[in-house]
Amino acid sequence: MKDIIRASVAVIVVSALLLYINSQLGKTSGSTGSDTITVYNWGEYLDPELLNQFTEETGIRVIYETFDSNEAMMTKVEQGGTSYDVAMPSEYMIEKMKEDDLLIPLDHSKIPNLKNIDPYFLDLPFDPGNEYSVPYFWGTVGIAFNPDLLGKDFDFTSWEDLWSPELRQQVILVDSAREVIGMGLNSLGYSLNSTDEAELDAASAKLDELTPNVKAIIGDEIVEMMRRNEAAIALTWSGQALDMMYINESIDFAVPEEGSNLWFDNMIIPKTAANVDGAHQFINFMLDAEVAAQNADWVGYSTPNAAGLELMDPEVTGDERFYPDEEIRERLEVYRNLGPEMTGEYNERFLRFKMGMN
Amino acid sequence: MQNKSTKALYLIPYGAWILLFVVAPIALVVYYSLFDIHGDFTFSNYKAFFSSVYLELTLSSFWYAFLITLFSLLISYPTAYFLTKTKHKQLWLLLIIIPSWINLLLKTYAFIGIFGQYGPINAFFAAIGIGSTQLLFTDFSFIFVSVYIFIPFMILPIFNAIDRLNPALIDASRDLGASPWTTFRRVILPLTMNGVKSGIQVTFIPALSLFMITRLIAGNKVITLGTAIEQQFLVTQNWGMGSTIAVFLILFMFIIMLFTGQKEKGGASVGKTK
Amino acid sequence: MGKQSNAQKLFLALVFIILYAPIFFLIFYSFNSNGTMSSFESFTWEHYAAVFDDTRLIMIVLNTVIVALLSALISTAIGVLGALAIVYLKNRKLRNTLLSLNNVLIVSPDVIIGASFLILFTAVGVRLGFASVLISHIAFSVPIVVLMVLPKLLEMSDSLIDAARDLGASGRDVLTRVIIPYIKPGIFAGFFLALTYSLDDFAVTFFVTGNGFSTLSVEIYSMARAGISLTINALSGLIFIVTIGLVLVYYALNRRNRTPVTGVKK
Repeated sequence: MKDIIRASVAVIVVSALLLYINSQLGKTSGSTGSDTITVYNWGEYLDPELLNQFTEETGIRVIYETFDSNEAMMTKVEQGGTSYDVAMPSEYMIEKMKEDDLLIPLDHSKIPNLKNIDPYFLDLPFDPGNEYSVPYFWGTVGIAFNPDLLGKDFDFTSWEDLWSPELRQQVILVDSAREVIGMGLNSLGYSLNSTDEAELDAASAKLDELTPNVKAIIGDEIVEMMRRNEAAIALTWSGQALDMMYINESIDFAVPEEGSNLWFDNMIIPKTAANVDGAHQFINFMLDAEVAAQNADWVGYSTPNAAGLELMDPEVTGDERFYPDEEIRERLEVYRNLGPEMTGEYNERFLRFKMGMN
Repeated sequence: MQNKSTKALYLIPYGAWILLFVVAPIALVVYYSLFDIHGDFTFSNYKAFFSSVYLELTLSSFWYAFLITLFSLLISYPTAYFLTKTKHKQLWLLLIIIPSWINLLLKTYAFIGIFGQYGPINAFFAAIGIGSTQLLFTDFSFIFVSVYIFIPFMILPIFNAIDRLNPALIDASRDLGASPWTTFRRVILPLTMNGVKSGIQVTFIPALSLFMITRLIAGNKVITLGTAIEQQFLVTQNWGMGSTIAVFLILFMFIIMLFTGQKEKGGASVGKTK
Repeated sequence: MGKQSNAQKLFLALVFIILYAPIFFLIFYSFNSNGTMSSFESFTWEHYAAVFDDTRLIMIVLNTVIVALLSALISTAIGVLGALAIVYLKNRKLRNTLLSLNNVLIVSPDVIIGASFLILFTAVGVRLGFASVLISHIAFSVPIVVLMVLPKLLEMSDSLIDAARDLGASGRDVLTRVIIPYIKPGIFAGFFLALTYSLDDFAVTFFVTGNGFSTLSVEIYSMARAGISLTINALSGLIFIVTIGLVLVYYALNRRNRTPVTGVKK
């Protein structure tokens, strides 16, 4: 009994000590201002230095939290309990959150820097007139590949190339129903947002033929796999492809010409916001040309901020793989929210595709 | 035995815990399982569960959980047994637990490296002339990593059971001419059965709903009920179907408990077998 | 029991090598200047320096440890009481039902636990953050403690308790002098595995946290989209070394204090 009591006391003392250290650290790092906003973002998706700069300029302290999927983020916002003031969901999620009345309309008069955004990325079908959202980063879905490992020249101008019998057990797919089913649809020339049963059946059948080439279906680890030369080909987002290339220089990226997905992550103000004014200030701050450029440099994804682009290294902004010109962009499609039933259908098909692998 | 009021005292915090964090969530899950995506009351989710996809998932979940438990036991029992004979056994036991305190996702990433094409195992294979082998995304690597996760949970209760065995019993059995195998089968194993049961429960039950490893290590070539639930909650956002699968998981667990439940009528009879 | 044969030592050595292999793999690459967990380029301390530069990360680590320690302690207390309650139940059916209920949280995937706890907390009005995370960790660690303590309680013979009682021990004495010392290994096992549950948990914490409170697991998972940096490797290496150090010191101290006691017991 004695040693149990002793151990318990030790645990309590150590915890108290750590709590004390933590509060001291909190005092030295955070500013003392009572004005705060809570920003909810993907992990590693914002230069932390900019948060300090924002606090210096406005006196508003930023509480920063991260999520790893749109749906999980939405659940948290829906349930409340934390007053998230700004969040960065993807485009289809904005449609969904709008339907569920989880967003606060933006006051454009408080966001003068909106003028910095390339008009091409404004007024998109998922949010007409940018009533609720401002684009944060954008990109495409394509094929990341490593010519060194393939030992042969593939250029992946067509989705069809993935079905090549030479690529047995070489392809990694991202574990996401929209992307994989979408690739099946695209390869047949159908729309990514198809809800036509016949088209979907054809896409599923087409995907089943891909099975011998599929090495694995994984999530974010895809970046790590490609970096480490574990796989030669990956269906992935352009941003992740950049993350791969940043470490492994032999990797290349291509968007097949049949078309693909154009995605956006956007800044929004969720219904949970407690400091709507501060949220507007933050969004406006992030749209500042210099800030946007610095953030794009740090994150590495493609920025929609035209004024910011001009301040960046032309070698980066001139890279057509990540800043495709308008002609290529014409072939890209933005995801629409398909509604719960169709989302279920896509996922059910994807699940069956996965189960067919073994 | 102690009087009624002190016994009731034991039950209060634990009972409160059960009500708040077990019964309430179960009620919530059952409630959600009765609604479809549009929020209409329905039993269709239950019907959907009996479609081929989910039955197949159930079978494969059970099969893999069984394999994981079996291999965990095969490794943990001798490990626990040998550990009880070491000099600083408490320290060694602690050293078995410590690796489980390092973040699982990180360790999984490490395993991806270890099993990888350019990892140490393949380097070793190449050195001894077997040549590079695809280890990742196979049943082997999936079961290996799962067993890795669960052995501390299996070793601890078994160690505790073996450690308190009365050495005199084993000596007696030997003196009576029993072979080591007979001693093990007739004396040691029955006396450590409670620990083994605990170990099996804390391995098999969570193994049914494993999910992260199925993707990272098995590349979704193994899909379990846990994966399906995760998908329904986090991707499809169909909480109704996700909850329905969870209801079945909980039902399966109750059935397992029925079979592995303590048959004895309490401490008394166990005491007597000694 | 007999002495250890070489084969047994070899077996144990293998088990330990496998248990520690991924950790040494992580630590090895934490010195890699190349920034990845493959193709070691050259030796560097930079990832370690990065850990100490990042106050937010250090605070998160401290939060993680505090939650783990406190939740393990409290869940151990609740779990031990629960195991006692289960054993005292005479009705076999009731006992089995209670045990099955105990295991519900072990079989439920984290997403479900997280989502239902979140609904629970917001319904009751608990502020999301340290408290909600701590309560959740206590909640999902209780069952493992019960499962660790139960076999010890079951194997304890009633004659032991009766003997104590015959010698005039009160109910309280029986508990603190007879039962608790006997089930002590189970209690410690429960505590340590509760620590494991708490330190490893990502999904539940993700759902029930808020207002800037975060744990290491949540941080690491949300980093996955862009690739996990070696800073995390370095951090894990540091945590590992500190833990091993603490365990060795604790063990040495404990042995010195305890030797005479155990000496008498044997």
